[in-house]
Amino acid sequence: MSAQRLLVFGGIALIAGGMLFGDIFAVFVLHQNGGQTGAALLAATEAVAAQNPAAVKDAFTRIGGLLEDRGTKVDTHVHMTDAGYLALLLALAQPYIGLSAARKKLLAKLFLLGGVLLPIGIFLIHYVGLAYSPFSVIGWASILADSAGALLIVALVGEVWGLLNYFRSGKGSIELPQDRTWERRILLSGGTMLVLLGFLDGAWYAGMNLYGQEARERKILGDVLDAAVASSPAAAQSVNDYGMLVAEKAVETAAHSHIIEFGLLAMLLSFIQPYVLLRDVWKRRWVVLLLAGSLILPIFVFLELKLGLVAGGIADLGGLMVIVALIGMLVGVLRYSGSIDAQAGGLS
Amino acid sequence: MNRARKVLVFGGLALAAFGMLYGLYYAVFVEHQMLDHMGGSLATAFLRAAERQIPESRMALDAYALTKYDYVRQVDVHSHWIGLAMLMIVLGAAFDRVAFSERPKLRIAWALLAGSVLFPLGVILQTASHGSMFASALAIVGSALVTCALAVIAFGFMREKTAS
Repeated sequence: MSAQRLLVFGGIALIAGGMLFGDIFAVFVLHQNGGQTGAALLAATEAVAAQNPAAVKDAFTRIGGLLEDRGTKVDTHVHMTDAGYLALLLALAQPYIGLSAARKKLLAKLFLLGGVLLPIGIFLIHYVGLAYSPFSVIGWASILADSAGALLIVALVGEVWGLLNYFRSGKGSIELPQDRTWERRILLSGGTMLVLLGFLDGAWYAGMNLYGQEARERKILGDVLDAAVASSPAAAQSVNDYGMLVAEKAVETAAHSHIIEFGLLAMLLSFIQPYVLLRDVWKRRWVVLLLAGSLILPIFVFLELKLGLVAGGIADLGGLMVIVALIGMLVGVLRYSGSIDAQAGGLS
Repeated sequence: MNRARKVLVFGGLALAAFGMLYGLYYAVFVEHQMLDHMGGSLATAFLRAAERQIPESRMALDAYALTKYDYVRQVDVHSHWIGLAMLMIVLGAAFDRVAFSERPKLRIAWALLAGSVLFPLGVILQTASHGSMFASALAIVGSALVTCALAVIAFGFMREKTAS
């Protein structure tokens, strides 16, 4: 398998894996983690009311652990998906990497190895902690993640070196295949529209909500402490308000980032359509499914606070639609790969 | 490669490199200290309230809010600079498919590059001076440039005819 096919195949697999992880995280971890964090904050508030600083410290230690649990899982999802995006981008650049086929393949393997190990290392940070670590603050999982990150950097530096070689050789121009199929046009224009929608959503959020939410957070936390000091039952309501504010920010940020990421994904996938060996009707079905899922997920994430778990379920379904479309395209890439290999075998 | 694509691809690469360098500097010299300060301030606000030292608790809560204001914007700047750079590179690769003549395409490319630089720059300047009108105006102009350029590019992609 050539470096380009390795990167296309690995890139789509990483994106599909990252999205599947994100879907599982959203269903089984996210809400439960939010509930536990809220409970720990309530415990801290009760400790303030009881004038018990030691219990406050315990509660904040618990909150720190819960935030680390959530943060490492979000990072696993983001890093796996983004490594996939980079792999697709590198696949597009392969014809312009001035290195031997063997070196290009080695760099592709290094990149994919780093892309797999980095999210695994990040995921394990919360569970491994500092067990058996020779360092006082860095655990084995962090060492794995950092080493995988270094692999990615080495592979990227190698690719840049190859690109410079290509330009030095005097060719100096990058021209990608410009076939004008329906799939490519729809993915490009649909992807750009998604990014545009994400931008409009972000601008609206920054203009209308960001400053208001920051002021509300400061006020609610002040209310929490005032009520706790007065041993008032209003403290529990203020903690609840704080939880709702955090959820509001989370869904607005997630809707904004997901719609833009999906837009970029659609644009990247438009370039690999020539490598998807499927009948036109199936290629179009996967394109429509991908764009529909890319729109459904962020819209229903945004509506989660208004419609509750139903919207959450529909958003997860949107994510699943994108994953199915990606796997469909992956099958097409595998078939393309198989046909090239069969051709090579036939010729030899 | 035509001029519009050069503006997008090389502008995107330069912006990505700058965004990564900023991220590296931020991760090494700023982020951990800032996170410690933010988490520590909130915990201190609760601890002082438990000890009934109310003015100190209020001060710690104010410190938390101010640190978080900066933290949110600094992280946003890093992710937006790199994200916009990646978008420019991908658009640069596909820019021949935008169904306009060369001159408007070059203007769109410059508008996207200018917006991608100015928008995060305006956001980061907000941390230097909280509530600065100039910084907010810069961010608004930058994001408007990016949004308009993207709308025109999406229209250009849709105008392209499919080969039979």
